[in-house]
Amino acid sequence: MTVMTDPPKESFRLSMLIYDTRYRAITIQVVALLGFAAFFGWLIWNTSNNLAALGKEPSFRFLWEPAGYDINQRLLDYNSQSPHIRAAFIGVLNTLVIAVLGCITATVIGVLVGVLRLSKNWVVSRLMAVYVEMFRNVPVLLWIVLAMAIMIEIPPGPREFRGDNATASVSLFGTVAVTNRGIYVPDPKFDGGLGDLPVGASSTDAACAAYYDGSEGLVDINPACGTFQISLDFLAIVALLAGTLYISRRIKQRADDIQEKTGDRPTTWYIRLAVVVVPMVILLYLLGLYFTVPELKGFNFKDGLHLRNSLIALWLALSLYTAAFIAEIVRAGILAISKGQTEAASALGLSAGRTMSLVVLPQALRVIIPPLISNYLNLTKNSSLAIAVGYMDLTGTLMGVTLNQTGRELETVLLGMLIYLSISLTISMAMNWYNESIKLQER
Amino acid sequence: MSDISFVRTEMLPEKEPPASTVGFIGWAKANLFSSVLNSVLTILSIVLVLFVLSGVLPWAFQSVWNASSLTECREILKATYGEHHEGACWAVINDRWVQLVFGFYPPYPIDPTMYLGNPPEGAWPAYFRPIATFVLILAAVAPVLFDKLPRKMLIITAIFPFAMPWLMWGGTVWFPVAAALGFAIGYFAFKYLADIVGELAGLIIAVVLPVIWWLFLMGPFADLMQSIIALDIPVVESRKFGGFTVSIFIGVVAIVGSLPIGIVLALGRQSDLLIVKALCVGFIEFIRGVPLITLLFVASTLLNIFLPPGTEFDIILRVLIMVTLFASAYMAEVIRGGLAALPRGQYEGADSLGLNYWQAQRLIIMPQALKISIPGIVSNFIGIFKDTTLVSIIAILDPLGLTNGIRADAAWNGIYWELFAFIAIVFFVFCFSMSRYSMYLERKLKTSH
Amino acid sequence: MSELATERQIDRSKMHVGSDVAIQINNMNKWYGAFHVLRDINLTVNEGERIVIAGPSGSGKSTLIRCINRLEEHQQGDIIVDGTELTSDLKNIDKVRREVGMCFQHFNLFPHLTILENCTLAPIWVRKVPRKEAEETAMHFLEKVKIPDQALKYPGQLSGGQQQRVAIARSLCMKPRIMLFDEPTSALDPEMIKEVLDTMIELAEEGMTMICVTHEMGFARQVANRVIFMDQGQIVEQNEPEEFFNNPKSERTQLFLSQILGH
Repeated sequence: MTVMTDPPKESFRLSMLIYDTRYRAITIQVVALLGFAAFFGWLIWNTSNNLAALGKEPSFRFLWEPAGYDINQRLLDYNSQSPHIRAAFIGVLNTLVIAVLGCITATVIGVLVGVLRLSKNWVVSRLMAVYVEMFRNVPVLLWIVLAMAIMIEIPPGPREFRGDNATASVSLFGTVAVTNRGIYVPDPKFDGGLGDLPVGASSTDAACAAYYDGSEGLVDINPACGTFQISLDFLAIVALLAGTLYISRRIKQRADDIQEKTGDRPTTWYIRLAVVVVPMVILLYLLGLYFTVPELKGFNFKDGLHLRNSLIALWLALSLYTAAFIAEIVRAGILAISKGQTEAASALGLSAGRTMSLVVLPQALRVIIPPLISNYLNLTKNSSLAIAVGYMDLTGTLMGVTLNQTGRELETVLLGMLIYLSISLTISMAMNWYNESIKLQER
Repeated sequence: MSDISFVRTEMLPEKEPPASTVGFIGWAKANLFSSVLNSVLTILSIVLVLFVLSGVLPWAFQSVWNASSLTECREILKATYGEHHEGACWAVINDRWVQLVFGFYPPYPIDPTMYLGNPPEGAWPAYFRPIATFVLILAAVAPVLFDKLPRKMLIITAIFPFAMPWLMWGGTVWFPVAAALGFAIGYFAFKYLADIVGELAGLIIAVVLPVIWWLFLMGPFADLMQSIIALDIPVVESRKFGGFTVSIFIGVVAIVGSLPIGIVLALGRQSDLLIVKALCVGFIEFIRGVPLITLLFVASTLLNIFLPPGTEFDIILRVLIMVTLFASAYMAEVIRGGLAALPRGQYEGADSLGLNYWQAQRLIIMPQALKISIPGIVSNFIGIFKDTTLVSIIAILDPLGLTNGIRADAAWNGIYWELFAFIAIVFFVFCFSMSRYSMYLERKLKTSH
Repeated sequence: MSELATERQIDRSKMHVGSDVAIQINNMNKWYGAFHVLRDINLTVNEGERIVIAGPSGSGKSTLIRCINRLEEHQQGDIIVDGTELTSDLKNIDKVRREVGMCFQHFNLFPHLTILENCTLAPIWVRKVPRKEAEETAMHFLEKVKIPDQALKYPGQLSGGQQQRVAIARSLCMKPRIMLFDEPTSALDPEMIKEVLDTMIELAEEGMTMICVTHEMGFARQVANRVIFMDQGQIVEQNEPEEFFNNPKSERTQLFLSQILGH
């Protein structure tokens, strides 16, 4: 009888680090990690040496010092005494403003152009092809600078609106003034407004006073000042819109239910429209909405909402440039849905509209949305070119003026990159989430 | 019972289609005016095209090509076409076009007799060195893009990464030779050591040895050789680089440099090794998550802080480093797509024959993955080439940066459209032809698979 | 299913089973995650044996032969191929792969290389054979599979049957001692199956040790000296072909055979 013995335990040999698949993986990873750590450490070591030689200590304390510069296009209260961090925040908001505005217009133009490019109409489809190729093949910075030059050079100066024999006039029934200093549009104001909601820490009087110390020219200081003031009117409008849109959706769901039970679909579009529009009109009436039209006073227009050239140029150029890419995505998405799908839907007797909304679009959107979101990402990143036309976004504030004034290259550039990175990652996460939800539906 | 059987005895002759469906009218009817909406669209588009052309054509063609300043230009326009004519002043391109193409690159840095000093004027075609660089780029890229060309041309492709910087910057020829020698060292180290110490250890040595060479030995070696056999051409400082030369230079260096880095990153991202994968994903997503302009800020303000004290990389070199890193992240994603498109069977085929990981990658996987990725690489190149305009923001005189300089000259103060139009047209021609080429490749790949 | 793979008489003069063990598998288990694909496999293959593995799809037969050259990793038990144990040691894996040739269902030829380059690649890079010699060997084997005139073409220009024969030649160029076939004919049109089977029969006539996963029962009957039936990751029955086909013992085998041969 033989006694089963355990096979001799293989002793560990050094060569196993390389030749044994189990250890090899660990070896390579350790080497990679060590290499990376060594490289990173080398960078940090160099940096600290260099900074020491320059007499700079890395610190973010400068962010709370007064910025000392002005930002002309802003969503929140800001003056030159505000700290750098507030300037950076205003910059982030400006980046987001241009990103959101740009994405909306780029999508509208892009979808329109993409659909028209597929039109059987030869003239129209050629024209759209020319548009797409023209914008795709020329650098976006050139378009931005060109748009800025057009905004400055072509429209008349405010002076030309003056006098009896003025060469320029305020267009659209005297509401919109297009000048070489920007576009002035009617500004919505509220008669019976709800006022502002102060948010943030410094709401005591003493802190307020300290905060606004030396703030000449800033007229409307709210006595209950906070770090930020959020308009309650705005909040009310957003809340109402969200609420009514939800109700409208419920009405649609009800219509779906009824269709499923009875086979008939009640016509609901006017009810759904009314549910959204009527309460909004009432709210705006209650808030006492009125518009101030731009008027020429002295050398400049006053009272209107001033959209500066930099904003318009950036918005226009980014939208048109990105729209050219979106048009190609839309075109490819629609072409990807085979002719057979449309034919099958038609053969089942679905109307052209239902074919589009029930068969083609759901499939096309699946192809379109992921690259569409990555184009939104590109637009957001390209908005950093604002610095070329002087629009004060994150690059213009934190990585522009703040950098130059404080000489804190390391801190400002790294912080700026970090903020951009988190914006990008948020958008990427939205895309991944969408991709996942599609995968679920496919099962 | 009715007779349902039928036999045709005479074949019908072919007839012309109805007149309304053929010819220009038929075509127009079917394509342009098939419905009310379509007709409206057609008319609107035609009106728009006519409006734009009626504005642009007279401006572009009733123009001035020879003048030395904007005022002179306007006077000539007034004299030729009348008081109110708005015409283009292309004279600015004529006047400054050398600058727009070559920046401030010295015109005669090299002389035909290889006299290595400053040559007499007019002795050699001007801008020999940047032009030779362009020719070299074309000769190096051609065999990669068109497989009908003789394979021997790939030697030029191999030499070109070392020859191009030398032609542009000048200095001793031993420097690029020494740099190339680093690769040779790595290659031979791997070839002879891999059998002795094993593949992985051989590979590590083959990476470490050249790095040591480049960091510590290359400089002294080049100096030594230079002192023995002096072979050098005049040095050109980077701040003299400009115009389209700098755009093409940055674009080409970024794409060439990003290819090997991109391959390594893509392989790392595909790998099963968690830490390697995390490092690669981290790098790729970081670079893709920030705008290029922030990386250029790093180049202009931070890179010298990151490097050992005393290293003074000039601004063009720093920009090259950052743009190359930027391009590699995007390149990695393109190559990853190519890798993902390969069927698993190719890996298994290679494994079953006993090829190891690196042999399989080099001989089987990469040749195919790179071929599939060429259209993506070309689009990447278009993107990078367009993005080189961003360097104007950190005060490098690319064509867009030069426009400000030209306007700053009193003679051309106030000129916008002609410069923008010229730059836009040049970019358009480059990018459009490249994108057509990549579409042609994509079609070819589709049919060959 | 065709009962007979070939009409011609098979030359059995060199087809004898040796006494040396070529492959030894002891108590081998494999899991995909929680799924137990291979359960307690015990198999001894002697030199010169021709084994056909049959079984319904998903029974683990492909996985089993892929474990033999470690395209798949097993988690328990031993696999000893030609005296070398397959562990996580890369040197052993390389050694085994050099001695074991494999043909795949989808050929897995390298489309960017010519037929000749496909055949010379591994000898040159793995066995370090001089190019000239490698090309001579390649031409020899291409002649053997009867396509020497296609040597300079690319795989995409060949028919499926020709591609599979190239794949066989490519493996043979490494002068393997054992050949594995993973459903070599199931991606082929009926008229091409015969040419591939003929090549495999010739190989068997020369005394090659072969393990073959296939549904070609005619081939099994004529060429194999042992047929193994697998189901649910286990070896259910193994026997000589005559006995296996005429007198299957297990119910599961009877059912399978009646389905595959019944019509």
